[in-house]
Amino acid sequence: MVIEQAKMQSLASRMVEHEVKGRSPWADARKRFVRNKAAMAGLVILILVALFALFGAHFAAWSNEELDYNVMGQVRELGMPSIASGHYFGTDDLGRDVYARTVQGTGISLMVGIVGAAIAVIVGTLYGATAGYVGGRTDQIMMRTVDILMSIPYMFVLILLLVIFGRSIGMLFLGIGLISWLDMSRIVRGQTLTLKNREYIEAARATGVPSWKIVLRHIVPNLLGVVAVYATLLVPLMILTESFISFLGLGVQEPLTSWGALISEGAGTMNYGTLWQLAFPLFFFCITLFGFFFVGDGLRDALDPKDR
Amino acid sequence: MTKPLLDVKDLRVTFHIRRDGDMPWALPRQLRAVGGVDFALKPGETLGIVGESGSGKSTLARALIGLAPATGRAEWIDGADLIGMTPRQMLKYRADIQMVFQDPLASLNPRMTVGQIIAEPLTTHHPGLKRDEVKTRVKEMMEKVGLLPNQINRYPHEFSGGQCQRIGIARALIVEPKLIICDEPVSALDVSIQAQVINLLIKLQKELGLALIFIAHDLAVVKHISDRVLVMYLGKVMEIASSDDLYANPQHPYTQALLSAVPIPDPVLEAEKSVVPLVGDLPSPMNPPSGCVFRTRCPRAQSACAEQVPALMGEGHQVACHFPGPLTEAEIAAVAAREARPVPA
Amino acid sequence: MALLEIRDLNVRFATNDGEVKAVNGINLDVEPGDSLGIVGESGSGKSQLSFALMGLLAKNGRASGSVKFDGQEILNAAPKVLNKIRAEKIAMIFQDPMTSLNPYMRVADQMAEVLTLHKGMSKRDAVAESVRMLDAVKIPDAQGRIRLYPHEFSGGMRQRVMIAMALLCRPQLLIADEPTTALDVTVQAQIMQLLAELQREFGMAMILITHDLGVIAGSAERVAVMYGGRIRESAPVGPIFADPTHPYTQGLLATIPRVDQEGDELSAIPGSPPNMNHPPAGCAFEPRCPYRLARCAGEDPVLDLFDADRARACFATVADVRARRETVILSADEPAAAEAVEEAPEGDLPVEIIAGAGMAGTDSEVKQ
Repeated sequence: MVIEQAKMQSLASRMVEHEVKGRSPWADARKRFVRNKAAMAGLVILILVALFALFGAHFAAWSNEELDYNVMGQVRELGMPSIASGHYFGTDDLGRDVYARTVQGTGISLMVGIVGAAIAVIVGTLYGATAGYVGGRTDQIMMRTVDILMSIPYMFVLILLLVIFGRSIGMLFLGIGLISWLDMSRIVRGQTLTLKNREYIEAARATGVPSWKIVLRHIVPNLLGVVAVYATLLVPLMILTESFISFLGLGVQEPLTSWGALISEGAGTMNYGTLWQLAFPLFFFCITLFGFFFVGDGLRDALDPKDR
Repeated sequence: MTKPLLDVKDLRVTFHIRRDGDMPWALPRQLRAVGGVDFALKPGETLGIVGESGSGKSTLARALIGLAPATGRAEWIDGADLIGMTPRQMLKYRADIQMVFQDPLASLNPRMTVGQIIAEPLTTHHPGLKRDEVKTRVKEMMEKVGLLPNQINRYPHEFSGGQCQRIGIARALIVEPKLIICDEPVSALDVSIQAQVINLLIKLQKELGLALIFIAHDLAVVKHISDRVLVMYLGKVMEIASSDDLYANPQHPYTQALLSAVPIPDPVLEAEKSVVPLVGDLPSPMNPPSGCVFRTRCPRAQSACAEQVPALMGEGHQVACHFPGPLTEAEIAAVAAREARPVPA
Repeated sequence: MALLEIRDLNVRFATNDGEVKAVNGINLDVEPGDSLGIVGESGSGKSQLSFALMGLLAKNGRASGSVKFDGQEILNAAPKVLNKIRAEKIAMIFQDPMTSLNPYMRVADQMAEVLTLHKGMSKRDAVAESVRMLDAVKIPDAQGRIRLYPHEFSGGMRQRVMIAMALLCRPQLLIADEPTTALDVTVQAQIMQLLAELQREFGMAMILITHDLGVIAGSAERVAVMYGGRIRESAPVGPIFADPTHPYTQGLLATIPRVDQEGDELSAIPGSPPNMNHPPAGCAFEPRCPYRLARCAGEDPVLDLFDADRARACFATVADVRARRETVILSADEPAAAEAVEEAPEGDLPVEIIAGAGMAGTDSEVKQ
């Protein structure tokens, strides 16, 4: 018995020496995500699109505001995409370089999407988690507020805002940010309600952990899976919203541009045989949306595996 | 006589349920989960609470720890009443009363490491502690409950059910409580692991002089660990007695029915024993029977049982029944006959 | 000829972490009217065994071997064949009755559907027969209650409805998978009694799958003990409780707290059940076994008859296991130490130390 104990102790002390590293649920999810081919392809596309937006301007032969007087009036014949002329994607009707404008439009659209989603994530998560966790009357008031905000036809309000206060990027962010978090807060609240009755939350309450700490330490981290998935699907939604507004002619102002504005212009001149003006922005728009959807799907599978 | 660690008097928990479709101004229905429970717990003692699902045993535990709204009195050894305290007042006592939960994995936050989980009560109650100190104490505690301290950075899903329950026990013990409430701590575990966890609880209890409230639906487990046992039915105490006394000499018809239903892992004894059948279903706690709550299923019920609520009577061995005492074979046979049925064609 | 003949049944699951060998080389016979109990802890493969019989394995599961019912091969049979057999010859009841009842259909319609579909009865006859069956499972006021929806029944009553539904076509074999685990003890006693009575009345065979040796003791004639996907011991119910010859059965019996016995410390089996993603190379019980021999770590013993109708899969001799039972009370003084060692990642420690630690735990138990 004595020998055995000594043996155990030496074993124990050996084992204590190095702490075993844990395999966190996030690491597991990452592993599953990396194994998902479609999601990885989506991620690669998104990275390429982002690189294009960030560094594409360096490779442009023309700036986005410059007019190529040579092609003006003969866009259909001379404004074709060509490496020689420096207009890789051709020119638009005014003789501006579509490549440079696409780079810029990509940047703006991505920014609108990401900022909109970020507002939704931060505001929506905290708002929804608080409402769900506190419950009772507070919950009622908070969620009815969301209901009321949601019942307002936001596109109408957004258009009004842009008309009254003028078209500007700041206004666009504000408008999109105002509405984007509503859905998120509802989703988060629903999740919080199911999490709230988990035993580990009860354990924390029983030991006297303050409410704000329970929300931040126990609820929010366990919500992040859902939030991450929804956020990746929200980005394309924001991009679509912005594009729609720009398509209506109310979005960002010239000389700034976005995918929506470019597609709108391209669509307008489609009949004159200058299809490239539509094709290039549309191509980037589509692959980005696909990229986000694939990544979102992959995240959902990675974070919420059914076979576990 | 020593002062009890916890003296519970007439503890009641009533939930106000609002059904979907009720008008907003309609009065909510009342669900009486716990309807007046009295017991006293001595320091270092183990009280087992048994009852079937719907008996209110878990709600009772949650009420004591402030997770369910209760009325009545639960006097702590220093004279404070735990019921109706503000959260701020309660905080002081939360370190003294800790809880171990039923589902070992669900009671641990999957996004936190074992070290963070066990440390949480400690950092909550002693915010001044240095990180090194917290870590040392967590490791000591892990060793005490039979976990390797080097596993401190692992996550709950990397442990087996039995080990997760050890983590839960470590979390409860780290603030050196005087009372641990175990809510069905082994019912989610495999049989071969149950014994390990029970033995660990007994060992730690002896070592640290803890009082335990051990809630379970498994009478055999409760018998094993408890000094005294309290039997609950529909939110009421049916019988309290020392463990030996209750199992050898049950007085309440419900206790007898419950005991006779427990399967014995021995084919010979199992074939010989006579089961007291309980007819019908558990009444709704929204609308409990008048008088004795057990009367609707009691083999010995008489008209008096419907009129008067039986008080908990006796010294030491307390029974809440108008007609206590062992059931006779004839009485059992009579109930069994009531259940007779036509044989299908 | 046996009613159900299982030969070398294997069940494999393809998962992200590789192949899981859930059930390995099972041989079992069930005679008509027999009642067989299968006991095992979680992960022992007992439920997957029954799912394989019924052709209900999850998508990533594969069964191989042979299962003959009444002489007909039913393992991996065509869905059409299986459907017919499942409905008319073999019935199954599950732990949670709510999952197998359609919450949006009245009990009457659900039960009658079975009869109209398989027996070609008229709706009126089918409902009448259903009422008779609900009567048979002792549901009071069956005539009135058959119009209710499943959620309007209590847990015990719901399980009775499930049983009544399973018996509608008078099956020759009933598989009950943990039929009482979700129920209270008093209800459990009633349901088990009911099952035993019905089995006699209908003359059907029953396979009762459970983790509870107490339940088995009262209602099975033969018992198969499973651990780590294999049958470790099989015997008639009497001997298995009175004289267990496999270390696992012995340990399991000793670890159950009993209402009819005194005693302070429970004897526990140290360690935890094997992780079937990475099963031990030899006998799955070897890391927890007090009788382990050198060869146990590398070789898995096969199930051998050692008496007329008793079989065991263990290298330790029967005499050895029986003899120690008298003198050794397994105690789990340091169960955690042994358990923890298993959790230690391989490769971090020299192998001898791990083995030594395991031995330490068990040696000390022997000495106490």
